[in-house]
Amino acid sequence: MPPLIDVRNLTKTYSLGEVTVRALQGVTLTIERGSFVAVMGPSGSGKSTFMNLVGCLDRPTSGRYFLDGVAVESLDRDRLADIRNRKIGFIFQTFNLLPRMTALENVELPLLYKSGETPNAAALARRALVSVGLSGRERSLPSQLSGGQQQRVAIARALINQPEILLADEPTGQLDSRTGNEILEIFVRLNRESGITIVLVTHSDEIAAYAERIIGFRDGRVVSDTPVKLAALRIGPAGIGAAAEAEARP
Amino acid sequence: MKQLRSSVKIAFRALAMNKLRSALTMLGIVIGVASVIATVAVGSGATERIQEQIASIGSNLIVVLPGSLTTGGLRMGTGFAVTLSESDAREIPLQCPAVAYAAPVIRGGAQVVAGNNNWATIIYGVTPDYLAMRDLSVAQGEEFSTSDVDGANKVALLGKTVVDNLFGAANPVGQPIRIKNVPFTVVGVLTPKGQSSTGQDQDDLILLPISTAKRKVIGFNPANADAVNMILIQARSAGQIAAAQEEITALLRQRHHLQRAELDDFSIRNMQEIFAAQEASSRIMAFMLAAVASVSLVVGGIGIMNIMLISVRERTREIGLRQAVGAKTRDILTQFLVEAATLSIAGGMVGIVLGVAASVAISQIAGWRTVVGPGAVLLAVFFSALVGIGFGYYPARKAAYLDPIEALRYE
Ligand SMILES: Nc1ncnc2c1ncn2[C@@H]1O[C@H](COP(=O)(O)OP(=O)(O)OP(=O)(O)O)[C@@H](O)[C@H]1O
Ligand SMILES: [Mg+2]
Repeated sequence: MPPLIDVRNLTKTYSLGEVTVRALQGVTLTIERGSFVAVMGPSGSGKSTFMNLVGCLDRPTSGRYFLDGVAVESLDRDRLADIRNRKIGFIFQTFNLLPRMTALENVELPLLYKSGETPNAAALARRALVSVGLSGRERSLPSQLSGGQQQRVAIARALINQPEILLADEPTGQLDSRTGNEILEIFVRLNRESGITIVLVTHSDEIAAYAERIIGFRDGRVVSDTPVKLAALRIGPAGIGAAAEAEARP
Repeated sequence: MKQLRSSVKIAFRALAMNKLRSALTMLGIVIGVASVIATVAVGSGATERIQEQIASIGSNLIVVLPGSLTTGGLRMGTGFAVTLSESDAREIPLQCPAVAYAAPVIRGGAQVVAGNNNWATIIYGVTPDYLAMRDLSVAQGEEFSTSDVDGANKVALLGKTVVDNLFGAANPVGQPIRIKNVPFTVVGVLTPKGQSSTGQDQDDLILLPISTAKRKVIGFNPANADAVNMILIQARSAGQIAAAQEEITALLRQRHHLQRAELDDFSIRNMQEIFAAQEASSRIMAFMLAAVASVSLVVGGIGIMNIMLISVRERTREIGLRQAVGAKTRDILTQFLVEAATLSIAGGMVGIVLGVAASVAISQIAGWRTVVGPGAVLLAVFFSALVGIGFGYYPARKAAYLDPIEALRYE
């Protein structure tokens, strides 16, 4: 079975008039199914650029990208849209909920663009909201929810089509650390229970410690790639429990 | 299908968010559709009225006017030359087997006084046959008779407009009036006919016996004391119109001593031709009005395009997010097209209501007949949808082809 994510010598260059910005300068790595990866690095090191490429929101300037064995760098817009719809769930720093829609409608949104009818879409969406700990707020508008609650809605939306990958670019950037940890616990649980692959960008060591592998970026290159083994690095109540479990695994 | 259903829902929500803006945008379409409906209604009303006149007058009337039409069709003083005479009118029914009646008519303007009121109107000198042929009847009093014509009696039949202006609500029958200072007695009032299809008041006239009109009011034409302005002729049947026209032409050429090479010094037309020409011109008029009105529909469409462009800009992030969760080009295109079409169809509906109301108002106030057919309404709905989709296409396409990353990052 091919690795879920396999990028080879990926580059991305932006040209702004005379200046060219080389946001990625040859990234090669693979991410296995079911792993939980944190991406770290200083501001401007190309983390978001990398995430957008992995998420099929953007196309590389050069290099290859095999997603689940399929070369996606040459697919057209609509094919990419379909892949995003079925295989990828995005979670953004700014939540990106549609302000005029209720929580439930926001969660249902990806179903709208899925090919084929989805019977009882509302029930599915309600269940997704329950799974992120947000029952009873289906009819609330995003403006009536706290930041943490909004991010939970966004996670439910990312999960509704049962994607293989969850891509989260600084998902806790706008949340206080306690709320951030709650969100991270959801990720850990999803990774454990559903085997969903998670790639998470963060600036926080504390957050990164939830992952099992940390990839370090600098100047558009991967400069470190370390497995997180030490339970001591796993901070937080869930973290310690999770680490113990991880130790128990063969 | 689910996309379409949800697109309609999204469109309504987006439009409801900016109620005033949506309403103002729709206004352009409302005005466009309303004016198309109203002008088409006026146009078809005029056409229908002409068709009714053709039916009611009977198609077997023929008009002979003095003066000729040149070969190029340029009118050379038709109606003003002095080549037709009362004796022509007398001879036509006698000599032409296809002709039932012929009525000579002279015409002139005059100032009319009754008591303290005065009014300028048109005087027709006619014979009793004229009334029968024109289908004119008397509402009050009675017609004048052949003996009034023979005796050149000073009796007058008044149109409704003249009565209104000279007598108001009083009964004019038996009252004296002065036409060009000559005293007449009102013997009757004509049944009102309203406006003609060309907008003329058909009740602003006085009918006098032709003999009296010539001697006392309009005066002799110095070139030909026997001259008339028109001869109205009725063929024995609609089928005999062509025969009658030929017979009359031959008779008049002979009576006027025209050589073979000479052109007719009169022109002869039947009512069918005249009405057909009127109908054609009223159709052209209606078409041009509708064309002008549809320009405002186009202006309304540009308004929609403008608002849709603004809306796409404002909702760039929303578009990016939709793309991120899997919206394809067609999904976004449909969403914005539906929104534009919703605007324009809603505007079209309101426009239809206003247009129908305007048509009713026009017929009440101006007295024109208006006809709003289902065809015009369907056409209006169709065109407003077309305008919405046509002008909404560019903004929708712009939205559909946004780059997802740039759209998501848009502030
Ligand atoms: N659309 C763009 N046009 C031009 N330059 C861009 C664009 N997007 C990113 N860049 C540049 O590419 C480089 C990498 O940006 P990127 O957003 O990937 O950094 P990052 O690692 O996510 O930083 P941060 O931690 O601040 O989010 C930066 O120098 C940035 O200025
Ligand atoms: Mg970033």
